[in-house]
Amino acid sequence: MATTSAHATAAAEPHHEPSFVRKYIFSTDHKVIGIQFLFMSLFFLLIGGLLAGVIRWQLGWPTNPDMPLPGGGLLPETMVNQGIVLPEFYNSAVTMHGTIMIFFAIMPLLVGVYANYLIPLQIGAPDMAFPKLNMASFWTAAPAGVIMLAGFFVAGGHSGAGWTQYPPLSANPEFSGVYMGQQLWLISMIVLGFSSLMGAVNYVTTVINMRAPGMTWFRLPLATWALFVTAVLILLAVPVLTGALILLLFDQTIGTTFFSPEYGGEPLLWQHLFWFFGHPEVYILILPAMGFVSEIIAAGSRKPIFGYHAMVLAIIAIAFLGWGVWGHHMFQSGMNPTLGMGFMATTMVIAVPSAIKVFNWLATMWRGDLHFHTPMLHAVAFVGMFVIGGLSGVFVASTPVDIFLHDTYFVVAHIHYVLFGGSLFALYAAITFWYPKMFGRMMNPLLGKLHFWLTVLFFNLTFFPMHNLGIAGMMRRIYDPNQYEFLRPMQELNTMISIAALLLIGTQLIFAFNFFWSLFRGEPAPANPWRANSLEWAAPSPPPHGNFARTPVVYRGPYEYSSPLSVEDYLPQDDPPAEGPEPVPAPATSH
Amino acid sequence: MRQGFPRITRWLAPGVVLLLTACAGEHPQTVLRPITDYGRIQSDLWATVTWWTVGIMLVVFGALTYILVRYRARPGDPPPKPIYGSTRLEIAWTIGPALIILFIAIPTIRAIFETQAEDPEGALVIQAIGHQWWWEFRYPELGVTTANQFYMPEGRPVSLHLSSADVIHSFWVPRLGGKKDVNPVVRTPEGVRPLHLNRIVLQADSTGDYKGQCAEYCGTAHAIMYMLARVVDEAEFQRWIEDIRTPMEPAGDLAAQGREIFQRSTCIACHTIEGTSARGQLGPNLTLFGDRFSIAAGLMANNEENLTEWILHAPELKKGALMPGARVGGGGMPPTGLSREDARAIAAYLSDLRRPLLGARPAGSAAAPPSTAPDTMVGTTDTTGIAADTASAAADTARQQPQL
Repeated sequence: MATTSAHATAAAEPHHEPSFVRKYIFSTDHKVIGIQFLFMSLFFLLIGGLLAGVIRWQLGWPTNPDMPLPGGGLLPETMVNQGIVLPEFYNSAVTMHGTIMIFFAIMPLLVGVYANYLIPLQIGAPDMAFPKLNMASFWTAAPAGVIMLAGFFVAGGHSGAGWTQYPPLSANPEFSGVYMGQQLWLISMIVLGFSSLMGAVNYVTTVINMRAPGMTWFRLPLATWALFVTAVLILLAVPVLTGALILLLFDQTIGTTFFSPEYGGEPLLWQHLFWFFGHPEVYILILPAMGFVSEIIAAGSRKPIFGYHAMVLAIIAIAFLGWGVWGHHMFQSGMNPTLGMGFMATTMVIAVPSAIKVFNWLATMWRGDLHFHTPMLHAVAFVGMFVIGGLSGVFVASTPVDIFLHDTYFVVAHIHYVLFGGSLFALYAAITFWYPKMFGRMMNPLLGKLHFWLTVLFFNLTFFPMHNLGIAGMMRRIYDPNQYEFLRPMQELNTMISIAALLLIGTQLIFAFNFFWSLFRGEPAPANPWRANSLEWAAPSPPPHGNFARTPVVYRGPYEYSSPLSVEDYLPQDDPPAEGPEPVPAPATSH
Repeated sequence: MRQGFPRITRWLAPGVVLLLTACAGEHPQTVLRPITDYGRIQSDLWATVTWWTVGIMLVVFGALTYILVRYRARPGDPPPKPIYGSTRLEIAWTIGPALIILFIAIPTIRAIFETQAEDPEGALVIQAIGHQWWWEFRYPELGVTTANQFYMPEGRPVSLHLSSADVIHSFWVPRLGGKKDVNPVVRTPEGVRPLHLNRIVLQADSTGDYKGQCAEYCGTAHAIMYMLARVVDEAEFQRWIEDIRTPMEPAGDLAAQGREIFQRSTCIACHTIEGTSARGQLGPNLTLFGDRFSIAAGLMANNEENLTEWILHAPELKKGALMPGARVGGGGMPPTGLSREDARAIAAYLSDLRRPLLGARPAGSAAAPPSTAPDTMVGTTDTTGIAADTASAAADTARQQPQL
């Protein structure tokens, strides 16, 4: 608590304006760092989206000289020759689409942006526990991004071993034909891992030590709960990946054979290490999304979140169970059937807390007063898409069914329903919900809704038919499906998917326009535009350095909507109770 | 707008059922019409999972649609009653999904053990070896090796032993039902460790040609790694074994000339043709090549024009292919320098290596007894001819390709 009060006093004092560089570039303010992460990851979202466009163009009109890749002339002949995407570049595009979207777009958007921006505001703290470490975290992530992008410009092209980087393909340049790009990929990922760790240490420490008076664990907003649990997952999972990446880099550069079979190395060891990180990573990518959606659905329904404690326990249960399921990515790698059965069982059990969350969201909306503003629309879409993604997960979790579905487009559909339909819709909800707080202006609601409807439409047109492609036997990661005459009957469907995907990418321009236009022309935002209860809405929009003029005192949970104790239909966490003596809350650290 | 949202969700749920069922009939590769016991176990379980998930989806989307329509904000609505939760409901929707999962898990566990059983008595062992980017098939008990296209007897259990020569591949012939990763052989100073070499045990009960491919991303030409499984009756299978063991003589002059050129070119460094001096191990075995359905693991149809082009331009036609072309090297080998005439002759020779029509079988073709070791079984006829060929080919190779 000492830290908190010290900062609070400092914030209250008038202090001289810092220089531009200190304020916007090498800032230690958690809000600036959050916004820096926002711009960085939106840029990578664009790059990842363009790579998706390359992939869909090739799959929609495979190796078709009548349909040259638009803008292909700008790319060197080693990537696109006379408008035709070359197989090497296609494989790099597939690899980098996955890598960039997961590690440089969705993960920093969820964690880098919102853990930074929201945690101190929602717990009533002036900043992070370690502001300089926080700055270092961003300034480690940014070079990692530069290294990753550099891979496109080196001889031999960027890594083409898939985002999962299975050795021996990734370990031995003779097998992949990629030399330097492969090493840059590994170095970038190692650097990014350190960035994630610095961030996670900060989030965990901040939530444990810097909660405002009265902010007990069970008064934390679910977004903070989810981000806290996610930070714990990052702390435990990322070192495993970083270690494995270093070993793989040794295999590539100094001739060790940890993962190469020639001298007793074990290719399957990589798969175990990668997925031991990789499955918790899946929950790193969905838990914060669940947290944001809980906030928005409660505010949009004007009702308390249904089953707050169950929601918290479900987050913890998912995070805990997430450690025991990594083997389900390896059902076809060859494992003892008894072990396969164990992984199948743990995987299915994880559906239970997920179902609890879905039912609680439905119950929150039940008999509510649903206001379909843009964030609410995206949050509701999250629920629907997450259900589809969860149910298609049951197919691949059932080992014998997965024998067929493994490595087909069914899996591609599944991951996009969870990662785009889930995480990205939740992110659009979060961005539109907290935008007024971040930038002090409202986004245009009309453009927001237009973007939402077109995105939902084109998203489903793009990814739902991929289930069919998979069931009909189309494999993932193939450069030209027309090589196989049995896949040719599906070419029309592929072309349709590509058109929908390109429209989906185009639709995101509406969002980009709205985002930047509103920065300058949006209506000025009030402090609490959504009439929500958690502490960030008690601060001005945008909050000043130090966040709160006085350290807020918390009297209740964050979901007191339509409470009979209030004339309004909401009751902020820091509103002192109207009558009776003020209860003296216990200091947060004693909990 | 508020009307539009539920409309979309209302379409979505029946759409799922429609889409999931509609794709059953039209596509040759679907799992929903298996021809093996192994595949049937999967598709039965598939049906179970589908009914449960579609049912859950209808319930959840029905509830969501109802809520979104019924409780959307209307002017003049009284504020909703704050409800904080219900322990009874939480317990209900914990136990409900848990029970459904149990219903799915029990048949799943049964199927896991059924699909991963040991080799049954009398199973025919076929080694499927993945290479970048083609398939090798060996019948160790029969001493036969072939590539990209393999024969399987109907009604007899077959045990596919999977291994890789380089990266991880995945064996998948959808209608046969199996898919398994093809892992590289781990070599230690003490020898080969067969720890992660996978097997698929299956029994086909319907003859026909079934297509398959590599399912695990394996590098540049992953998209061109096609294979064909020919399920034939037992008698036909035995005939095929006899034929592949019988050395084929080229019929025409051009083909004979092609054989000559093949024997003295770098071809023999990588390719084997049983009954000749070509004993290379790196590339696909070309015995009975004329019977193959395609060139280069599904790249092109197998005819003489395509084959000529392939011999001349392999690295350009299949990116990453390790076979050198006439002017472009590949796989660490220099260009072959073959002329178009040479390539055409070789193409004629390879196309001639085909099974004789039924009833016109060469005399003595049944001579090779199954127990004979692979190296000697093909040498029952024309031994001296082959020996002479070998000598001259070796001399030619030495003269023309000093690099080797």
